[in-house]
Amino acid sequence: MATTTATTRPAVRARPQSRRGGFLRERGWLLLGVAFIAVYCLAPFYWMIVSSLKANPLLDRALFPKNPTLVNYQEVFSGENNFQYALRNSVIVAGLTTVVALLIGVFAAYALARLQFRGKKLVLGAVLATAMFPLIALLTPLFQLFSNLGLIDTYPPMIITDISFTLPLAIYVLTSFFSEMPWELEMAAKVDGATPGQAFRKVIVPIAAPGVFTSAIIVFIAAWNEFLIAYTMTQTLASQPVTVAIAKFTGVSRFEQPFGTIMAAGVLVTIPLVILVLLFQRRIVAGLTAGGVKG
Amino acid sequence: MPRRLGKLGLVGAVVALVLAACGGPNEGGGSSGGGAQGTGPITFVAGKDTSGKYPKVIEKWNAAHPNEKVSMIELPEAADAQRSGFVTNLQAKSDKYDVLGIDVVWTAEFAKSGWLVELDQSQFQLAQMLKPAVDTGMFEGKLWAVPYDTNGGLLFYRKDILDKAGKKPPTTFDELKALCPLAKQNNIDCYAGQFFKYEGLTVNFAEAVQAAGGEIMTDNGTKVALGAPAVQGLSVLADGFKQGEIPKQAITYKEQESQRAFVSGKLMFLRNWPYVYALAAKDEPANKVRGKFGVAPLPGISGPGSSSLGGLNFAVSAYSKKQKTAIEFVKFATNQENAKEMVLLTGNAPAWTDLYNDPELVKKYAHLPILLEGLQQAKPRPVTPYYQEVTSAIQEDAYAALQGQKSPDQAVTDLTTKLNEIAQGG
Amino acid sequence: MTVATETVHPARVRRGGPARTSEGRRAEARLAFQLLIPTGIVLAVIIAYPVVRAIWLSLYSDARFGTPEFVGIRNYLRAFTGTGSGVFWQAFWFTTLLTLVTMAFELVVGFGMALIMNKAFRGRGLVRASVLVPWAIPTAVSAKLWEWNFQPDGVVNQIFRLDVIWTGSHWPSFWAIVIADVWKTAPFIALLVLAGLQIIPNEVYEAARVDGATALQSFWRITLPLVKSAVIVAVLFRMLDVLRIFDLPFILTNGANQTETLSTIAYKEAIQNLHPSYGSTLSTITFAYIIVAAFLVNWIAKADVVKTAERGVK
Repeated sequence: MATTTATTRPAVRARPQSRRGGFLRERGWLLLGVAFIAVYCLAPFYWMIVSSLKANPLLDRALFPKNPTLVNYQEVFSGENNFQYALRNSVIVAGLTTVVALLIGVFAAYALARLQFRGKKLVLGAVLATAMFPLIALLTPLFQLFSNLGLIDTYPPMIITDISFTLPLAIYVLTSFFSEMPWELEMAAKVDGATPGQAFRKVIVPIAAPGVFTSAIIVFIAAWNEFLIAYTMTQTLASQPVTVAIAKFTGVSRFEQPFGTIMAAGVLVTIPLVILVLLFQRRIVAGLTAGGVKG
Repeated sequence: MPRRLGKLGLVGAVVALVLAACGGPNEGGGSSGGGAQGTGPITFVAGKDTSGKYPKVIEKWNAAHPNEKVSMIELPEAADAQRSGFVTNLQAKSDKYDVLGIDVVWTAEFAKSGWLVELDQSQFQLAQMLKPAVDTGMFEGKLWAVPYDTNGGLLFYRKDILDKAGKKPPTTFDELKALCPLAKQNNIDCYAGQFFKYEGLTVNFAEAVQAAGGEIMTDNGTKVALGAPAVQGLSVLADGFKQGEIPKQAITYKEQESQRAFVSGKLMFLRNWPYVYALAAKDEPANKVRGKFGVAPLPGISGPGSSSLGGLNFAVSAYSKKQKTAIEFVKFATNQENAKEMVLLTGNAPAWTDLYNDPELVKKYAHLPILLEGLQQAKPRPVTPYYQEVTSAIQEDAYAALQGQKSPDQAVTDLTTKLNEIAQGG
Repeated sequence: MTVATETVHPARVRRGGPARTSEGRRAEARLAFQLLIPTGIVLAVIIAYPVVRAIWLSLYSDARFGTPEFVGIRNYLRAFTGTGSGVFWQAFWFTTLLTLVTMAFELVVGFGMALIMNKAFRGRGLVRASVLVPWAIPTAVSAKLWEWNFQPDGVVNQIFRLDVIWTGSHWPSFWAIVIADVWKTAPFIALLVLAGLQIIPNEVYEAARVDGATALQSFWRITLPLVKSAVIVAVLFRMLDVLRIFDLPFILTNGANQTETLSTIAYKEAIQNLHPSYGSTLSTITFAYIIVAAFLVNWIAKADVVKTAERGVK
């Protein structure tokens, strides 16, 4: 998209004078906007990082640490907290949730977007309705269910539950993307002798990449951030993810919360996510310009 | 059409199957007859802390009982999260938790709900423990939990400022407020406790009521005893806010914030738990009160000051399949020897009376004798199975009074009405 | 969008795909059914069952130490007009106000961020990644962060030279929750709106510019309508979340200063007071409210969200 703008611009001669001024003005606004975004998103994160590098962040309010220290990070991985296990658990739970939710979601979205059947509206409505129930009310019955199945302190309860509440949004987003794709692709595939299944796998899936990756990010982050279910269904580091582990960070007494350590854990947990997303972002843009969608 | 019915039917079948699997309340690890006599490896469940006190006890036990090893399951430090962790497990009658480290205010609730095993009083040397602490483990005359540690409020004060003015620490709130000009001279705030809308507020409120000679509830939570003392106690605090003796930001204070204010030198008088002692004595640059503070019993109002009782008790889950081992572990972990080690590590208050005069302990923690004085006068918060609702109601009205939204009179009247309702049966 | 379709692919394939034979239709329907089974199972077990159970429970009384008895709609009456009505209506109005204000800010901020991210410039990938930071931070951590930031001696007061006791009274608490929530979730809206924006081809903007449209006119007449469906989906799902908001009010204020929300009171009844029936009542009422709100949004936006999802982002 960027390239088309650049190449078509010189051809337009309608208002040459104001065009140059307009261009600079536009760039100016853009810069301002980018600056705003950067400050808005990163300032509190900066504060998190700075706090994590101070020995006593609650009492020391400097905007820049005078004696930065890694004491909090050491504390996070110390024998007291063993954060590495929590990280492992989070990666597994969020990862599996994303894979399975996307799989189920893609199936459902394909059916809803590309296949004809009666009751589509009902299905979409029902799916949306399941996203409306307060999570609190799910805790006790689900705990009972998984307790009866002997699954407490294992991964499945978290994965299954996370899938269930990220599925509605994933289905909606995927359905939107799938409906956008031109029918010609499928028809061409069928003309070439492919079954609906093959058309699905070989033609639709690659072009659906941007939608799939957008949904994947949403699902992954939702599962990564989940606390209540994880707290209810787990008991030890065998399965507790980072959200629960952080809630258990404590100081020498039950009345003290180690702010520095909590911030250090927060930083550790956010940065890999951001890197992950950075990598996926390229795929999204690539998928778009590959011509899946109009233009 | 058939296909849609088919889908609904399939979904319905799955749901029915699942519902059947869930069954009624008798599913999920109910204890069999073997529970009471059962032995074997057990779990010990309590809030996490980094003092190292639990690992020590567990190590000793495991060395002596290789076939009945204890493994610890840690819960978050926040009391609320701990309670919901216990409740979820006990409601589902799970056998995964054997020994429970429960807050003193949960005894009545857990006992009445049938979640705890009644303990044989003769097996524990209760006479050698502080009576108020022992009482927190009793309900309806039976013993349900044994004190592991206890806790009472203390008044921390700036000895340097008082000494310079030739004053002694206050014994009543009136004396305390008379000393506030000293704080103003030194450009710091005068008094603070914990006044945010949470459990700590109930503690501060209870102490204020007790200081005026009153009580909140009696008779196992069936009678509401609020009256003039409660109004008096609440007024002292509410006026403190109005007249500035209590800084306005104290309305957001929990233990940590108030401790911070004191330790960074911004507060003259602090009501808090004994743990602050170690922090105020710590040698680090952020600590501005090292060597400059003192500890005194809580100030009174029309009578002597009386602290609210905190602390942790150990109990045994009624759904544990190894109750015999669990009870033995409770006996071991709460014995005098282990209590002494716990005090050495943490400075927390033990339940064993003798330890307060133990020379080794007093040398390290000079506040222990003062703590003992306070604890002997201490009273527990309302002992009632409906404690959660009681404390919510107290927090509601006390907070409103401190903010100036209700007069203390009105607040106590409203609270009395609410508590009466709750006492009728939740 | 529709214009583009017709000029590029003139009437060759009608909306909804090629015509199908009746046999093809049945095969399609069967395939659709099979593809939807996993969704059905997951949602039925995890969501449908607790919902049904909650509704059933709400018709019984809470007898902590006795046996519950069937009381019909008595719990609902208690919430709407009885002893629980004070707390309920405060939570209801507060949740509603919070939702409206938060959504408004999130929409403006999120949309703005999407517009900027849609433009070409160097480092665009980095900007996109940084936009995700607030959202990627676990809620538990971010709630704690804002709790400390809004302390009377916290960084917010420090930087803006204020003396506000944020968690000490109603309106400061309200704004503290709004700020913390908008900060965290505007990126979510930004991401979804961006996805919608990226579908709009540049030719449309170029054509408008050639015709002499200003940036504002471009935005109003082209961008907004074309991105409407993406915005609606984002708004709808965010609204579902805000109406159920729990973490922030619970951690920042514990519901003090009349900042209880529908979810915090449901939690307190169900988990703290151990009143599963009344707690289920509150949850069910919240559920019904959200359904109504979703319909309202749909109707107001004159968009058929369900149809939109079927037909895709226009």
